[in-house]
Amino acid sequence: MSQHNRTAAINSALHARTLALTVQAFAATTAAGLGSASLWDAVFNGRSHLRANDFTPTAITAWIGRVDGLEMAALPAQFSVWECRNNRLAWLALNQDGFYDAARRAVAHFGARRTAVIMGTSTGSVGATEEGYARLTASGSFAHDLLRPIVHTPHSLGDFVQHALGTSGPCVTVNTACSSSAKVFAQAERLIRLGVVDAAIVGGVDTLCGSVMYGFNSLQLLSPEPCRPFDAGRNGISLGEAGGFALLTRAAPDDAQPALRLVGWGESSDAYHMSSPQPDGLGAERAMLQALSNAGLSANAIDYINGHGTASFKNDEVEAIVVARNFPATTRMSSTKGITGHALGAAGIVEAVISLLALQHDWIPANAVTKNVDPLAAAHLALNGEAKAMRHVLSNNFGFGGNNCALIFGKNGSVQ
Amino acid sequence: MRVFVQGIGVWAPKLPSWHAAQAVIRGEAALSDIAAIRPTGALLAANERRRAPDTVLLALEVAAAACADAELDPKVLPSIFASNHGDLAVCDAMSTTLAASPELVSPIKFHNSVHNAAVGYWTIATGAVAASTALSASNETFAEGLLEAAVYALSEQRAVLFVAYDIQVVGGLASVTKSDGLFGVALVIAPKADQLTKCGLDIELVDLSASAVREAPTSPAEAAVSGNALAPMLPALERIAQGDARPLVLPLARHRGLSLVVFEATP
Repeated sequence: MSQHNRTAAINSALHARTLALTVQAFAATTAAGLGSASLWDAVFNGRSHLRANDFTPTAITAWIGRVDGLEMAALPAQFSVWECRNNRLAWLALNQDGFYDAARRAVAHFGARRTAVIMGTSTGSVGATEEGYARLTASGSFAHDLLRPIVHTPHSLGDFVQHALGTSGPCVTVNTACSSSAKVFAQAERLIRLGVVDAAIVGGVDTLCGSVMYGFNSLQLLSPEPCRPFDAGRNGISLGEAGGFALLTRAAPDDAQPALRLVGWGESSDAYHMSSPQPDGLGAERAMLQALSNAGLSANAIDYINGHGTASFKNDEVEAIVVARNFPATTRMSSTKGITGHALGAAGIVEAVISLLALQHDWIPANAVTKNVDPLAAAHLALNGEAKAMRHVLSNNFGFGGNNCALIFGKNGSVQ
Repeated sequence: MRVFVQGIGVWAPKLPSWHAAQAVIRGEAALSDIAAIRPTGALLAANERRRAPDTVLLALEVAAAACADAELDPKVLPSIFASNHGDLAVCDAMSTTLAASPELVSPIKFHNSVHNAAVGYWTIATGAVAASTALSASNETFAEGLLEAAVYALSEQRAVLFVAYDIQVVGGLASVTKSDGLFGVALVIAPKADQLTKCGLDIELVDLSASAVREAPTSPAEAAVSGNALAPMLPALERIAQGDARPLVLPLARHRGLSLVVFEATP
């Protein structure tokens, strides 16, 4: 039998539809401030919270979305083994928007064993590892206060959140660079659809660290000014830090109205290059089309696309081409990275939260900072905020290694 | 959950194939007779092979072997890569440079430092455009990755490639992380059996008492992977190699385990 036929034989013809999940609670903390209200205030007013880089020990001309106060926000003593900048932001973000209490109520209701924790991050707490190397002892070992193995693994975030919320269901950290905390929604949907768990706490946290600041600088991808997504003259990204969470359960007819729901996801790989998107956008397109197909929606049902829109020359070009190729101009698009900066592994959750807020408020977020819209994006770009009755929002996130994820959220979406 | 193993790839310096690992586990071959080698990087272009991190060489080695064993074109498979620590050598090099002269960070080291570098190289090398992911879950990485692979295969009704790997710790990280040598395992997991199915796997989430002790490997293969962060999964390979149907419980999360039962499967 040929390899192709063999694949057909062990794969079912059954087309998997996304199970509608209700977003019972969500939270986000970004450079715009604590909690989703401050984020929405910035998004609604199109106000950038980027500042000139004051993070790195040596000068890098760049703008950053920095969360104020993390330096003073030590973790409670019972969590001291997880102490690091990234888990501080996780704890701060968990305690906004009533999320911690909502998550604890879900754990009590469904049971700790039936609640999963799926977190996304790119660099996680690698800042603590960098600090270990900056303060190596004479014998070449980490200083005593950093001899905490968990913060030096990629799972630091997932492990911390599991313990902070007292869950004992599956607990994993997704580390696919900038798509990480979008993919957590897809992974949670599969676990709930298959009945492995009843609830999932998804989210992501990424904080500024030397690795990303000097790494993106080495790739010459940092803009010397606040980033301008989809601007014809865009010249690079602005990094940010952020944390956010969502509580997902199986959608039910008696959910509080209006119910916000995850109704579709798409995941794909470019199979092209480690740090540059496939030039025709085929990978990004596959993720968006799969999300539509899984949701059972056509392109014209999408009212708004929260674009990945990093303001890197190539990302925005490719994303604009794919959106123009597949969506009518009534589907509006903007990138909110001029407001928050690019939060890398947390971009997925921050932009999921913005998508949910857009649905709640019937408002298309502005594409802040940008002035001269790239003609490739002009037909769809909502440069300024726009009022619009919203049914469905698509959120794109594309990461290094050609890792793509698209999510579709709906309001009062169908319950299967 | 019931899934089927279609292909298996194993690589450690002295266990350079599933065939070799099976022979050692069953006592049909002695480790002392096997010479230690390096992963070949056969899928990579010559210039990439020279600068590829060990995690990439290792993961691609077992991934390709599992696909070949399953007689499946890698291009058609979604992939789930999982590693407890990721590329410890790249992390050591990046952190050393950042501490000494941060402006000298190399762009290649930087993009190799992402946890999904190995799966990224895999998709590029094979042209696999389906979903791919990179997971970590501390000492439960293998169990969490296998659970996600089974859930993906059953929920999406398609075969999926699962790859787990960990490498040697170096430098300052050795004061907080323990991992020796190179060890990788790949399984092609399918929702249905066919004539090439190697075995079936019944997977279940079970309670785990706080005093539960992780089952230790019992075969001579243990010496080939001893100290590697992935080595605690070896009892699963032992069950498969020996057709041993006793349940194996791998710790999964707080007070929870993943129970595996290997069974002989027919289409």
